[in-house]
Amino acid sequence: MKSGNNEPLIFEKSAKDRIGISMPKSDCPDVNPNNVISKEFLRDDIEGFPEVSELDAVRHFTRLSQKNFGVDTDFYPLGSCTMKYNPKVNEDMARLSGFSKAHPYQAPELSQGALQLMYELEGFLSEISGMDAVTLQPAAGAHGELCGMLMISAYFKAKGKPRKKVIIPDTAHGTNPASSNLAGFTVVTIKEGKGIISPEAVASVMDEDTAALMLTNPNTIGLFETNIKEIADIVHKKGGFVYCDGANLNALMGIAKLGDMGVDVIQFNLHKTFSTPHGGGGPGSGPVGVKKILEPFLPVPRIIKRGKRFNLGFNCPMSIGRLKAFYGNFGIMVRAYSYIRAMGPDGLKKASEMAVLNANYIMEKLKKAYHLPFDQTCMHECVLSDKIQSEKGVYTLDIAKRLMDYGFHPPTIYFPLVVPGAIMIEPTETESKETIDRFIAAMMTIANEARESPDIVKNAPQTTKIGRLDEVNAVKKPVLRWKP
Amino acid sequence: MDFPKELRYSKEHEWARAESNIVTVGITDYAQDSLGDVVYVELPAEGSTVTKDETFGVVESVKAVSDLYSPVTGKVIEVNDALIDSPEVINDDPYGDAWMIKVEVANLAEIKELLTADEYKQFVEEEK
Repeated sequence: MKSGNNEPLIFEKSAKDRIGISMPKSDCPDVNPNNVISKEFLRDDIEGFPEVSELDAVRHFTRLSQKNFGVDTDFYPLGSCTMKYNPKVNEDMARLSGFSKAHPYQAPELSQGALQLMYELEGFLSEISGMDAVTLQPAAGAHGELCGMLMISAYFKAKGKPRKKVIIPDTAHGTNPASSNLAGFTVVTIKEGKGIISPEAVASVMDEDTAALMLTNPNTIGLFETNIKEIADIVHKKGGFVYCDGANLNALMGIAKLGDMGVDVIQFNLHKTFSTPHGGGGPGSGPVGVKKILEPFLPVPRIIKRGKRFNLGFNCPMSIGRLKAFYGNFGIMVRAYSYIRAMGPDGLKKASEMAVLNANYIMEKLKKAYHLPFDQTCMHECVLSDKIQSEKGVYTLDIAKRLMDYGFHPPTIYFPLVVPGAIMIEPTETESKETIDRFIAAMMTIANEARESPDIVKNAPQTTKIGRLDEVNAVKKPVLRWKP
Repeated sequence: MDFPKELRYSKEHEWARAESNIVTVGITDYAQDSLGDVVYVELPAEGSTVTKDETFGVVESVKAVSDLYSPVTGKVIEVNDALIDSPEVINDDPYGDAWMIKVEVANLAEIKELLTADEYKQFVEEEK
């Protein structure tokens, strides 16, 4: 770690009795809290509580904020995360006082606008995905996965024939096995060498004790699962469901509907596809869409419409119940709604087309300098590896660190696991050709450096405020809080 | 990269060393090299059973979390608990101090189904 230019902790700036504001002299008599509040509710003095002036506090947090790297500062091609630009108009909409000041206990008759927005957003998501019904409740993607798997489990239990297994290919997202496990299923993994799942591989393990196949399409290598319809037929023939992780929906909007390909359940990551802040900027939101057969199992409350009035519906005896306090991350729904309305059907389609075009442009430009394990048209992201550079002792981590010297956020690295030394790049549609060309130029320079002067890459980053972190000790001996 | 001749290997990158009906299991030099710095390891309890090709534990590096697959079926009679506190030994000495479990196997023939050092070396070359 470089020294000298690091902002001290706020605790370290503290000086005894220094305060940020002067309070007017109180015109009430002093009350000793010890005399009026019982001891168990009284807090002792906080050891090391920082005492700073207002200016010191402002400078401290402004400096920290300037060290931030986000989509608003530069290119952030973090594969699988869809770090697209979040239009500021979404923020304006979320701050409309009718939304931002609404109380979750406010009665439905006083929340008609909010309920209408939720009802319509469910409809838009159904339309985009080809599903019959949607819940907006789950807090983020993996929560949505859990919601979907719980509904599938509930379906088989309601039929009196519980099923135990879920098939997951190794090209699915890493959270899929965890979500299945949490919902009580045993995971059967199928391995694919060619980048996409073959119907034969599914047929060889699909049986009548298998509740579902869980896949990600486009998959985590950025490839479209072209056999999806045939695979879905195999699963359906044995009475199972097809769950599609919709985290990569940014490649498909307005072009193809997963519901038409035999998918029965899908989760949407509003914070990815529908341009709401994430990666530290805000909570996620993971609505789930289902085909008619699973609708009775959706979480409560449902948003229902009678005539022109909207209401919360609790009368769903088969429901898996409530998954989140109140109604999900409502502020995120407002932003996603605003985005969908601003884009319209044609705009969403164009966004997906541009996302796919940008990823293919990067892949084509870089595929000679970097190893491309699956050389075919990709979707919204492409996966390269360090195979060529590793011969000179330069690995994926080094390449990622060196990109920081050129002002870019590194791509996702060492994921997916099926590609050793993976470098997973997702540019999204919101970047200009000039920005993407700058990124390509930086990647080409790094490839040259790795060949000619590998030490430069191995010792990167040099221009950042902090150099390489001790990742081993950060995991083994984490220091999670400041102590006086 | 080291591929000791006297060991047998699985395609999941575990090695096995048989002494009468006791088989010692660990992960290979190639596995530790691909994982990078190992920071955490989870091993089964003594007395539990492990099944060939099924998971018996977890190894975590700064890059990724990976399952450990047992190359044989049997009862775990000894666990290398020292690895829990010093998982870095897996990087330093994968075939020696970083052995993970000792398994009492019922069917010694299982060992013969595993790859020889030459076969494993070839498998690794292809996987690269």
